[in-house]
Amino acid sequence: MTGMAVFIFLMTGIIFGIGGLAVSFLIHPRRKSAVKGETYECGPPTQGPAWVRFRAQYFVYALLFVIFDVETIYLYPWAVKFNKLGMFAFIEMIIFIFILVVGLWYAWKKGALEWR
Amino acid sequence: MENIFVNISGSIRELIGVLGLPPLFNEAVMITVKVTGILLFIVLNALWLVYMERKVAGYIQCRYGPNRVGPKGLLQTAADISKLISKEIIIPSGADKILFLLAPVLIFTPPLMVFMVVPFGQNMAAVDLNIGVFYFLAVASLSTVIFWIAGWASNNKYSLLGGMRVVAQMISYELPMVLAVLGVVMITGTLNMSDIVRAQENLWFIFAQPVAFLIYFIAGVAECNRVPFDLTEGESEIVAGPFTEYSGMGFALFFLAEYTNVMLVSFMAATLFLGGWLAPFGLTIIPGWAWMLIKVYIMIFLFMWLRWTYPRVRVDQLMGFGWKVLVPLSLANIFITGVAIKVLDKMGW
Repeated sequence: MTGMAVFIFLMTGIIFGIGGLAVSFLIHPRRKSAVKGETYECGPPTQGPAWVRFRAQYFVYALLFVIFDVETIYLYPWAVKFNKLGMFAFIEMIIFIFILVVGLWYAWKKGALEWR
Repeated sequence: MENIFVNISGSIRELIGVLGLPPLFNEAVMITVKVTGILLFIVLNALWLVYMERKVAGYIQCRYGPNRVGPKGLLQTAADISKLISKEIIIPSGADKILFLLAPVLIFTPPLMVFMVVPFGQNMAAVDLNIGVFYFLAVASLSTVIFWIAGWASNNKYSLLGGMRVVAQMISYELPMVLAVLGVVMITGTLNMSDIVRAQENLWFIFAQPVAFLIYFIAGVAECNRVPFDLTEGESEIVAGPFTEYSGMGFALFFLAEYTNVMLVSFMAATLFLGGWLAPFGLTIIPGWAWMLIKVYIMIFLFMWLRWTYPRVRVDQLMGFGWKVLVPLSLANIFITGVAIKVLDKMGW
């Protein structure tokens, strides 16, 4: 049942998007010209493609994000059962978070969080 | 008044039940009715919010804002939308055409999907999902990918920069957001939105988790790409970020998605921290869903107030603040919450 609900919501969103564009496509003017099709660059002629290799700094953030996001997946079940679990689970989770904090601290010291 | 929408839903369900169709089909029709209602609600609210934003901006800057089209300028947004629909959708010759059109089609989907679990009032969530909070966090973060599709497919340098910044910013601020909500989950021990609201009967979580609320709010502003975190579309540096090449309806859909996201973050803030449909001071004469809307609009007004008061931050400040302040702070918040719950437990609360 829930899966069906998610599916209907997904489809509604997509149909809404397609519908909006389709209505626009039906009534909008079509006047093509070479200049209009050019990539916008504040006026001057376009210089080269934008599909280039880009700075690696973003990749470091993405790696850090993956590590911590996986952590949160483990934290949620623990948080739901937090009141029922005893002291043992609490201390164990503190150790788990502590290891990750050490990781963050290491990344910080290595300068991974500095924007250069 | 309290149950008006629940009653309407019930009578529609009876009406379909008369036809004697299989229950699965009935359920599908009910969900379709609900999603249509939510869609109408979102679109009408977005229209109103664009107008409200311009009015608020106007009054903050000591001017009137839109006041020509219709009474007090109320029809301004409708005029804008009809203009945008009738404008040509220009696809740049260098762009990846399929992905370029796919982004505006999909951009509205994640926020709409999340509205499935939002409890608009008592028993008024479209689907009362038992993992509501998790669903919200998981689906809402899909927006990042779609912004990136838009940025990459345009084949434009501003779009590329904007897309990169969207990804960096949204993943950096998602972590504190997820970790801040964890504090609430630890107290309530449930991921169901309605149960979380019911747990706030005696004390709203904004008082039990003030730090978490602050972190959630800051991260929420960043997730919506709004000032002071609007580097992704910073007009004065990268034109409009990922939307640079979009015109007409494509741009309108991105705009709609932005306001839907603002609404969504406000709804979640009201549900998780401001007591949802619960009436403060015992003012139950105003129905629950109206209280929900009042709280949401207070949050939205805060968003707008921020936007027209603060300047934009720099990109190094943005990333530094996210990783060096918010993430450690939210981890500390989890730790302190855990210790506090255990200590209060031992004291016999």
